[in-house]
Amino acid sequence: MEFLKNELFLIAITFGVYHLSKLLQKKTGWILLNPILLSIAVIILFLKIVGIDYETYQEGGKYIEFWLKPAVVALGVPLYTQLQAIKKQVFPILLSQIAGCITGILSVVLIAKALGASKEVILSLASKSVTTPIAMETTRVIGGIPALTAAVVVCTGLLGAIIGFQVLRLGKVKSPIAQGLSMGTASHAVGTSAAMEVGNKYGAYASLGLTVNGILTAAITPYLIELLNL
Amino acid sequence: MKNMILQCAIIFGCLSFGELLVYLTGTKLPSSIIGMLTLTLLLQLGFVKLDWVKGIAEFLSFNLAFFFIPPGVGLMLYFDLIKAQFIPIIGATILSTILVLVVTGWVHQLTRKNNGVSKK
Repeated sequence: MEFLKNELFLIAITFGVYHLSKLLQKKTGWILLNPILLSIAVIILFLKIVGIDYETYQEGGKYIEFWLKPAVVALGVPLYTQLQAIKKQVFPILLSQIAGCITGILSVVLIAKALGASKEVILSLASKSVTTPIAMETTRVIGGIPALTAAVVVCTGLLGAIIGFQVLRLGKVKSPIAQGLSMGTASHAVGTSAAMEVGNKYGAYASLGLTVNGILTAAITPYLIELLNL
Repeated sequence: MKNMILQCAIIFGCLSFGELLVYLTGTKLPSSIIGMLTLTLLLQLGFVKLDWVKGIAEFLSFNLAFFFIPPGVGLMLYFDLIKAQFIPIIGATILSTILVLVVTGWVHQLTRKNNGVSKK
C-alpha cells in the first residue's frame, strides 16, 4: 500500500473529497455539513486508517496550500470594485476595524486564561481571527505554537462561516456593509468566502475587513500581549 | 478564461513584490496582504485593467476555502494538546468570534449613522 503515500494521489483525494462534500451539502442543505470541515474530518480519518502521517500528506497538500497566498492577492479585485463606496466611509470602517481587532485579541486571551489554558495555548489563540499566514507569523513573533494557531484559525473561519450571519441577525447588525465587514474581521478568508456566496458586495467588505484586521492584528498583538503581562 | 499567462503574471507579480518588500524591510506584514493592496492600487491607477485579472481572481477567490484544507488537516498533530485544553480553546474561540462579529458590526453601524452618510 506504499502507493497511498503518492503525493499526486493525496492531492486527487483532497479534490475529490471536497467536491463530494460540496455536493452533499447542496443536497442536504444542512449548514453543519460545512464542506471544509467535512473534508478535513474525512481526510484525517482516512490518513489515520491507512496510517499516513501529516508530514507525508503535506507532500501533496503543500501544493494546495500554496494557492492560499495568490488567492489572498486575488481579493484585491473585489476590494478595487468597491473602492468608491469604501472611500465615502473611511472613518466608520477604520473605527469598527480597530474595535473588532482589539475585541478579538483581548477577549480570546482573557477568556482562555479564565478557563485555565496554558500560556503557550493562550499565545497561540491571540491572532485567531485573521488569515493563516498573518496569524501564524504573529504567533511565532509572540512565542506561541504556529501550527496550533493554523488549526484554531481554520476553526474560527468555519465557525464564522457557519453561524456568522445568524449571530449578526440576532445581534441586530443589519446593514450589508456592516455584515460583510464583520464576517471578514471575525473569520478572515473562510468568512469572506461565505460572504462572497451571499453577494459580491458582502464579499468586498469582508475582504476589506480581512485585510484591515490582518494588518492591525499583526501590528497590535505583540504590544497588547506585552501590556497584558500574562 | 483568456490569457491565463498574463493573469498569473499579474497575480504572482504582485505577490513577489510583497515578498520583496518583506525581504527589504523585514516587516511583520505578510507578503500576500501587501500583494493584495498592490493589486488594488495598480487597478485603481489604471496600470492593470480589470479584464486582465478578472478570470483568475474570480477562480481563486471563489475557491479560497478549499486551500485551507491542508493546514486544517494539521489539526491531527495537536489532538492531545487540544484534548487536554479543549474547553478553554473552544470556549474562548466561540465567545470571542461572536463578540468580534457583533462589536465590529455595531461600531460600524453606529459611527456610520453619526457620520450622516447613512444613505444607500
